[in-house]
Amino acid sequence: MARETPAAGFTSPGAESQLFVDLYRRMRLIRRFEDSVQTLFQQGLVHGTTHLYSGQEAGAVGVCSVLGDDDRVAATYRGHGAALALGVETEGLMAELLGRATGVCKGRSGSMNVIDLDHRLMGCFSIVGGSIGAATGMALALKRTGGVAVAFFGDGTANQGYFPECLNFARVFDLPVVFVCENNRYGEFTPFEQVTGGAILDRPRILGIHAETIDGNDVWTVRHTAAAAVERARAGEGPQFIESLTYRFVGHSRSDPGAYRAPGELDEWRKRDPLTVTRAGLGDRYGVSAEALDEIDESVEQELAAAVEAASNAPFPEPGPVREFKGG
Amino acid sequence: MAELEFRDAICEALDEELARDDTVVFFGEDVAKPGGVFAVTGGLQEKHGPERVFDTPISELAIAGAAFGSAVGGLRPVIEIMFADFLPLVMDSLVNQSAKYWYLSNEQKSIPLVVRTAAGAGGRFGAVHSQMPVSWFQGVPGIKIVCPSTPGDAKALLKAAIRDDNPVLFVEHKRLYSIKGEANGDVATIGEAKVVREGGDVTIATAMRGVHEALAAAEELSAQGVEAEVIDLRTLRPVDTATVLKSVEKTNRLVVVEEGPRTGGWAAEVLAQVLEDGLGDIDDAWRLTTPDHPIPYSPPLEDDFIPGAKAIAASILGR
Repeated sequence: MARETPAAGFTSPGAESQLFVDLYRRMRLIRRFEDSVQTLFQQGLVHGTTHLYSGQEAGAVGVCSVLGDDDRVAATYRGHGAALALGVETEGLMAELLGRATGVCKGRSGSMNVIDLDHRLMGCFSIVGGSIGAATGMALALKRTGGVAVAFFGDGTANQGYFPECLNFARVFDLPVVFVCENNRYGEFTPFEQVTGGAILDRPRILGIHAETIDGNDVWTVRHTAAAAVERARAGEGPQFIESLTYRFVGHSRSDPGAYRAPGELDEWRKRDPLTVTRAGLGDRYGVSAEALDEIDESVEQELAAAVEAASNAPFPEPGPVREFKGG
Repeated sequence: MAELEFRDAICEALDEELARDDTVVFFGEDVAKPGGVFAVTGGLQEKHGPERVFDTPISELAIAGAAFGSAVGGLRPVIEIMFADFLPLVMDSLVNQSAKYWYLSNEQKSIPLVVRTAAGAGGRFGAVHSQMPVSWFQGVPGIKIVCPSTPGDAKALLKAAIRDDNPVLFVEHKRLYSIKGEANGDVATIGEAKVVREGGDVTIATAMRGVHEALAAAEELSAQGVEAEVIDLRTLRPVDTATVLKSVEKTNRLVVVEEGPRTGGWAAEVLAQVLEDGLGDIDDAWRLTTPDHPIPYSPPLEDDFIPGAKAIAASILGR
């Protein structure tokens, strides 16, 4: 059923519909990208370790959809979703994971440390909490330009030193930063309640930071909440905090079979798969047909297949001299 | 040229660079209104405003993270880590973020960041407020370590560090803050050592307070007919071994004097590089360092712990 009036910020129901269809496509691209990474990893073509975003797609896609050209994002070792949500080239990202010369960092960074400043990704930080420090500093610089910094991080980060130090730092200087805690219920292999005193949301609140917990698998909710938070930050109201409840459908990393999950828990969350939720919402809200969405899925398959093929055929970088410092 | 204290030379460098470049910002614990616990940075906030010079919470990791992120965003931050002993608290941001960004990003962006820190023993501050952090960062590619010994070099090298596009750890020896010397508005070159006393019998390579101890030792040695050449290394990463090699071509004997633990120290690195490239010129080479135990508090113990002028002279005469 199409709604009669467009949601806030849209000039027509058609514009709103098209935007969320685009967001669905990006979420689908992330899911299938991660599926490909898993396969390539099992084939020994993606090396070391890798952390997949499968199940959490609505978070990065919803938040990044409200950002402007002057805004910047710091993500984590589980950063492929944020990268693709920001528009990092699919082929370049895949090539990076494959260690190829055509990768966005020419094979220097790998899965966990991707940087693409042209696409507003100041970095993926592979130490828990690093993204919070990076975004806090970025906000110090963006205060001069009207930009907003966003930090993505997980529930486990609430217990890392960066968290209290940087939230307080951002608060006392009213920095334009949005802290997005993607609570996927597990810090690596351990349920977060088991190692976390009190509620995560109480921590920013006690510092006087506007904070709310939302359904992180609903892209409409995420986008709406992020838009308001970014607007407040941009208006000079200081740091904002969003706890986005979600679930990863895969293990923490390659070595994790997920044995810690409660029986049935994964199945319950799969019913709230952000892709399923978005498909249903597109139909209910705007009357987008399943066939139209299937066509989008097919276009994602084609884009991804082309990216994987090109990345797989790209050369490895040649070992050679490295400039340790800029300017010698 | 007027003489000024080492601490005032540093303040002048900050002041001049803040005035020259609007992207330079300076922050740390008690640095703005209180002017710093070592009275180095007074007046800078009044002159340059609270947006560019400010006091932070006691949160070293946040300070370093804020510096890193703001550098990615286009600023040129200078931070103060009050005592070098607090640097372990900032290790993640400095080592895993700032030092690696230029390489990992495939040269998309370098991190122009200066970490000023007060270091060194001799002030009776005990084991955890007297350490020398150089060897902790010696093995971190992507970071420069600058260690001045005079007011003139402190000012010229700090100006250079602020203009450098890379992360620089700028180490200020606490026992040098009150020494006086001339300082002009020059910008030094990071990575150049300086022969501060010429001599033909033995080369003493050192840095920071060690330079003053080595010069005093050289006077003692001269009275006994031994002429020492003293080299102020000034930058410890990357270290200028060419100047040391040139000296040992003449003296054939090298002692590296380091205020820092013997095991894994920068003296060992200097010796290794000189031996690799100049073995044919070497008759004798050794190091004089602090022992491998925490810095003691009690004055006679601490005095004995640091390689001073007498120990340097005795070591050279005893070979």
